[in-house]
Amino acid sequence: MTEQSNSRRHFFKTSLLAGAGLTLGVRLSQALADDAPVAGPGEAGSTALKQGLFAPNAFIRIAPDNTVTVIIKHLEMGQGTYTGLTTLVAEELGADWSQMRAEGAPADTETYKNLAFGSMGTGGSTSMANSYLQMRQAGAAAREMLKRAAARQWGVDERKVTVSNGVLSHAGAGFSASFGEMAELAAGMPVPENVTLKNPEDFVLIGKNNLTRLDSEAKSTGKAIYTQDIQLPDMLVAVVAHPPRFGAAVQSVDDSGARAIRGVVNVVQYPNGVAVLANDFWSAKKGRDALEISWDTSKTPPLDSEALMARYKSLARLPGVKTTSAGDVDAALKGAAQVISAGYEFPYLAHAAMEPLNCVAQITDAGCEIWNGEQFQGIDKPSIAAVLGIDPAQVKINTLFAGGSFGRRANPHADYVLEAVQIARASGLQQPIKMVWTREEDMRGGHYRPMFYHQLEGGLDEHGNLTGWRQRVVGQSIVQGTPMEPMMAGGFDPMSVEGSGEPYEIPNRSIELHTPAAFGVPVQWWRSVGHTHTGFATECFIDELAHATGRDPVEFRRALMKDSPRHLGVLNLAAEKAGWGNRLPAGRGRGIAVVKSFNTYVAEVADVTVKADGSFTVDRVVVAVDCGVAVNPDVIYAQMGGGVGFGLSAALGEKITLKEGQVEQSNFHDYLVMRMPQMPPVEVHIVHSGENPSGVGEPGVPPIAPAVANALFAATGRRIYQLPIANQLAA
Amino acid sequence: MKLTINNQPLELDVEPDMPLLWAIRDHAGLTGTKFGCGMAQCGACTVHVDGQPVRSCITPVASVEGKQVTTIEGATEASTITQALQEAWVHYNVPQCGYCQSGQLMSATALLSSNPAPSDTDIDSFMAGNICRCATYQRIRAAIKRAATQLA
Repeated sequence: MTEQSNSRRHFFKTSLLAGAGLTLGVRLSQALADDAPVAGPGEAGSTALKQGLFAPNAFIRIAPDNTVTVIIKHLEMGQGTYTGLTTLVAEELGADWSQMRAEGAPADTETYKNLAFGSMGTGGSTSMANSYLQMRQAGAAAREMLKRAAARQWGVDERKVTVSNGVLSHAGAGFSASFGEMAELAAGMPVPENVTLKNPEDFVLIGKNNLTRLDSEAKSTGKAIYTQDIQLPDMLVAVVAHPPRFGAAVQSVDDSGARAIRGVVNVVQYPNGVAVLANDFWSAKKGRDALEISWDTSKTPPLDSEALMARYKSLARLPGVKTTSAGDVDAALKGAAQVISAGYEFPYLAHAAMEPLNCVAQITDAGCEIWNGEQFQGIDKPSIAAVLGIDPAQVKINTLFAGGSFGRRANPHADYVLEAVQIARASGLQQPIKMVWTREEDMRGGHYRPMFYHQLEGGLDEHGNLTGWRQRVVGQSIVQGTPMEPMMAGGFDPMSVEGSGEPYEIPNRSIELHTPAAFGVPVQWWRSVGHTHTGFATECFIDELAHATGRDPVEFRRALMKDSPRHLGVLNLAAEKAGWGNRLPAGRGRGIAVVKSFNTYVAEVADVTVKADGSFTVDRVVVAVDCGVAVNPDVIYAQMGGGVGFGLSAALGEKITLKEGQVEQSNFHDYLVMRMPQMPPVEVHIVHSGENPSGVGEPGVPPIAPAVANALFAATGRRIYQLPIANQLAA
Repeated sequence: MKLTINNQPLELDVEPDMPLLWAIRDHAGLTGTKFGCGMAQCGACTVHVDGQPVRSCITPVASVEGKQVTTIEGATEASTITQALQEAWVHYNVPQCGYCQSGQLMSATALLSSNPAPSDTDIDSFMAGNICRCATYQRIRAAIKRAATQLA
């Protein structure tokens, strides 16, 4: 058994933040009354609460109807966190899966903080990792209170009460009861000071592959509610006009045409745009299209992404800030028998989630209420309060499902959330206003994965040993100039270089970074962040070095990661399952890549077929993943497959380019995302592990682009140095 | 405008050029049909008009007067094909973020209506107009095949 002998203080800090005994409910009811979530698979909290239920802590509610609702502190944006966190509670509670429900937590940012961030928010593939013990402890505490209640009611020894599949029983006396029957009495039981968590060998839900996702049905019937679907009395829809260049300002607006459109109620100007408010989306959009706006672009440079890349390449000729250093790389390269050089180019990328950005805001005398696929409560809530000059306690946030995010809804500037608030304020209206970006605003709205350039030199001695590795990275920082700038305490943005050159054991290494001063293009994390480019550069270059020595790419990697057993584990498993080493017919190629990101280890093998005209297909992808305890295998399979698809989409065709300061792409006809015919079969193998679980939302993404590029080399002898791959092989 | 949505006659006070999508969502109050791109590129807004799949984001409401419009809500109620697909969708836990899935299901319903036993290639080409950024494509393929088998 795993004994959790936490001190009372620590236990409350991490698990039972709501208080003790019956007073638990008081704190929880306060939170729910102020901040009742309106959607999610569960019932709205405030209504359920009035029916005398058992709320042992801030994360669990057991109702007389025997449903168990888990309050989820993380945003469900597709990654499966509603199902994952509920599994943890249900496991320790001894519940039956069919009685479990989940709903989004209110923005009580202390109670529901992400223990990995110290602030409420979802990201960095941390949801499972930071909740693993907390949610299990919450479930175990509730189980003990239910057992005490049953013991009291039946007049038996509490230690003889057992729990299984949602039923409390006492075998000797023949008593049994459901959780719902015992809920009211359990609410009066003292909260246990220590709880004993299950031994992993006794898990009946964790690690099992037969759980239906809690959101599958709602999302298969059109019933799931997203921000886009919110309908409130007297609600208006706002469609916005943004500047043609980042940072440009409104000079003058002629809104007479817009105001003449039927259904248009108001036109408002705010710091970064103009919004047309109407009774429905279409009227607002027609009004927006009828605006005549003069923009002052005099203070915005006519940015051009090709010129920017040329500048990045020249910067890469100079030494940068050393972010990692070992040995003497200059001497190693100078003394090498062979030096290999390569430069890799990465474009700006849009998140392009299927649900274009949107947010509902209502400002009344009481404060501000938000309905949103809310990913960053810890930033958004105080930012809203600051803009409106109100107390954060007056800001209420209802968290809805997000139709994708891939990082975009966690904006360190709270950009789109504040825009909705500014529109509501500028309108002077007290009714709810739903700001809806069109796809074009979403695509051109910035906050992209930054453009990057990597310049690598590798030195090999006469025996083919890798003696030196220099990697110069050039690209914008994501956190510079944001409230998260303290992450740059080391003098650089760690997300610009994370993973570079890892985990290879090379005696002389230097990772150097150039961070161009801000020049107007807003950038942000994009599913797997720095690993999207560092993984590609590292894994393509190691492959190139392996071929330069005439050694097998898997063998070459193995020899350089002797002290990285989990890397080795996934590398070997993927190679074995993919049939690495088997000969392929002409025109076909197989490539591999291994990347650790967010403490999860993933190796991927891609098989490609290249036709005479240079077009190609990805025929099959084999994934090996080590994410510690595999809490929900089916979710892990889904996230690995989805991660491969998301990464492959970017590798094949995605890029945002700038010309004369304007973004050239606007919608899915010119921002080419992957469609079904391009999706390869993905086969996922999970390494059995007893380590604490790590995340799976992002780590499937980084290895696929280098695995495909390496496979294309195997098939054609040509290297890919620029993403997207597009039709480079046709030339 | 006089419309029939999910067998319900409706009179909506909207302009004739309003795309069907916004009449369905903002005026008929049916939010299962989604807005994704506004230019028939992503398929999230797919509904059926007289049984044929159309992109409601570019279909003027005036053009469907007198025709039968079916949304995901109506198909969930009345279409045995959609119901078989939904059973398969839940069986395979297809949705991730879920936003595109109403459109995927309406396209898949149209596919199985015209081709009860589609091959992988049939599925890929028929479904190519429906984008899923979570890339649930592999499970969609499997679910369509399961539904086809169940319906056979």
